[in-house]
Amino acid sequence: MPFGNTHNKLKMNYSAEQEYPDLSQHNNHMAKVLTPEMYANLRDKETPSGFTVDDVIQTGIDNPGHPFIMTVGCVAGDEETYEVFKELLDPVIEDRHGGYKPSDKHKTDLNPDNLVGGDDLDPNYVLSSRVRTGRSVRGFCLPPHCSRGERRAIENMAIESLASLDGDLNGQYYALKNMTDDEQQQLIDDHFLFDKPVSPLLLASGMGRDWPDGRGIWHNDGKTFLVWVNEEDHLRVISMQKGGNMKEVFHRFCTGLTKIESLFKDKGHEFMWNEHLGYVLTCPSNLGTGLRAGVHVKLPNVSKHEKFGEVLKRLRLQKRGTGGVDTAAVGGVFDISNADRLGFSEVELVQMVVDGVKTLVEMEKRLEGGQSFDDLMPDQK
Amino acid sequence: MLNSIMPFGNTHNNFKLNFKVEEEYPDLTKHNNHMAKVLTKDMYAKLRDKQTPSGFTLDDVIQTGVDNPGHPFIMTVGCVAGDEESYEVFKDLLDPIISDRHSGYKPTDKHKTDLNFENLKGGDDLDPNYVLSSRVRTGRSIKGYTLPPHNSRGERRAVERLSVEALDTLDGEFKGKYYPLNKMTDAEQEQLIADHFLFDKPVSPLLLGAGMARDWPDARGIWHNDAKSFLVWVNEEDHLRVISMEKGGNMKEVFRRFCVGLKRIEETFKKHNHGFMWNEHLGYVLTCPSNLGTGLRGGVHVKLPKLSTHAKFEEILGRLRLQKRGTGGVDTASVGGVFDISNADRLGSSEVDQVQMVVDGVKLMVEMEKKLEKGEAIDGMIPAQK
Repeated sequence: MPFGNTHNKLKMNYSAEQEYPDLSQHNNHMAKVLTPEMYANLRDKETPSGFTVDDVIQTGIDNPGHPFIMTVGCVAGDEETYEVFKELLDPVIEDRHGGYKPSDKHKTDLNPDNLVGGDDLDPNYVLSSRVRTGRSVRGFCLPPHCSRGERRAIENMAIESLASLDGDLNGQYYALKNMTDDEQQQLIDDHFLFDKPVSPLLLASGMGRDWPDGRGIWHNDGKTFLVWVNEEDHLRVISMQKGGNMKEVFHRFCTGLTKIESLFKDKGHEFMWNEHLGYVLTCPSNLGTGLRAGVHVKLPNVSKHEKFGEVLKRLRLQKRGTGGVDTAAVGGVFDISNADRLGFSEVELVQMVVDGVKTLVEMEKRLEGGQSFDDLMPDQK
Repeated sequence: MLNSIMPFGNTHNNFKLNFKVEEEYPDLTKHNNHMAKVLTKDMYAKLRDKQTPSGFTLDDVIQTGVDNPGHPFIMTVGCVAGDEESYEVFKDLLDPIISDRHSGYKPTDKHKTDLNFENLKGGDDLDPNYVLSSRVRTGRSIKGYTLPPHNSRGERRAVERLSVEALDTLDGEFKGKYYPLNKMTDAEQEQLIADHFLFDKPVSPLLLGAGMARDWPDARGIWHNDAKSFLVWVNEEDHLRVISMEKGGNMKEVFRRFCVGLKRIEETFKKHNHGFMWNEHLGYVLTCPSNLGTGLRGGVHVKLPKLSTHAKFEEILGRLRLQKRGTGGVDTASVGGVFDISNADRLGSSEVDQVQMVVDGVKLMVEMEKKLEKGEAIDGMIPAQK
């Protein structure tokens, strides 16, 4: 899908009205915010690497809406996108991240000892636990915009750093384009393999270009710590295991992530981060912590209750199907995770998941026993 | 090397020129398309910092070929033009591709245009028991605008406006109506689908990988005459696709209507000072290098259940300079022994030449089919290479 064709210079010969996209059928954050005046202001700007406003918004034009979630409809092509196009992105960020203001500061806390509890979610209900985040390497363009040379450089850096991990983080890298059939099958069985994105949301922003060049998967021998290279972000770091011991999952997550970051720093590369936006990632929805901590949990009764949506909202949690963001739930098993990314720290978000899931499981048990859970209704967090 | 005078940099991602050629050159080891056969590392090095006046770069030209290594039924081209100048600025890459794709057509060769339907011999009597339908299509690009892989919304809308203006002047057998995709009612959509006229958002990764579907369905639409025998697609893979079609085997009539309608449209565009992209070397300039020259595909849906399973079917098609496709179009397989048979050539022969090949070739193949039905051999009928 498109790249490099939104930089057509002749477009400046047309008036802003003639170039302004038709967003009348659209329902995403970008469409809510991008007025003709704003488009007129931004259309002749570009970041130092050449990313333009049409690049930022193309995915939102080509994907008017989504049945399950309110999509963002725009992406960053590099770190500077968030500055050059702040007129558009600040209101999108504010709308998406619960009123986060341009002057707000974000806090980072990757100390797993600060998490209270989380080691005893009932495994009869909580089938698996997972924490993921993304990281971008400063000085390189992001997946919608990076060249093959940049993408390969990111891959090389990732391979070098990950090869230094040892102990329970000792592992191996599998480049997508060199994978044997056996390796591929194993990775599919482990639920690790990511395939070429099929979501039009991702394809329309140019993230699928040159697939599978520069893409790969690294995981530790224990298959509990996993890094995706050059999928939607430079790096996606994932800690996961069966059952409900979120504390352990988060501990491994923090330890591994911190090690990777220091390995990158040793080689003179930092992650994109600033005190306003936290970790800078491709999608504005993942700014801040970039963290999604979640469980697959059996909630067949609670999920049918009329107050389910309200409960999730008060707990600041989000539901997805067990296939991930674009899927529906199967058999009453839901993916429940933190709704927030920005304005809360990593520890705070995982705490919300731990406490919230505990509450949901208690509610489920109540309904199983034919009792109400009204006294368990939480306040708005 | 980093030109920031214009609003947009000379290479879309300016940073890529900080990387060596080896680091930027695409991995084409698993690829089998015309671009991959031709693009060496040295060629990539030479062309990578160039751009057309509108800003189309080498990576823009080749992205679809990088993202689509091959196709099960056809040898794909693997590159597109973003504007008329692409064929000049990137001639180092495109000339050998054109030569390979268009049977050795040389950079010095001249192409002939002949849209005089009276020069077609016969073609009004293909057996309708076998030939179910006949169709001729071509594309046209409007000079001064960039092409679908690259055009902005403003340009695309201008092309739509000019096209609708021109089409609205047509009268007589060509009188018709325009249906923009983004305003179509459900009833209109149903009817267009039932008529087999409606084109949908491209799903082929070949087209998507080149950026042609951006902003869909903005400024896309379908125009057709009241009789439903002459049809124009606006802003699909080319600025305009012009189609003449009808049931049965009267290719002569289909071609007459095609030529007459196309000429009328071109006259109207010229009156408004917009010509079509054309030059004496490449003929009509279109988005895909495979459609240069006439841009013409004249074809029939024809029942050839026996001939198509004959050992010499491919050989016969090759000698007749014809190509087979499934009845769903380029990316499909045939169903029930019914094939889409059309001219294989586009460049280096005229419109009349190409339709003549279809008319003569299909006539022969139907006779072969009839022989095979009777259990007779067709060896004596195998034609010489055209």
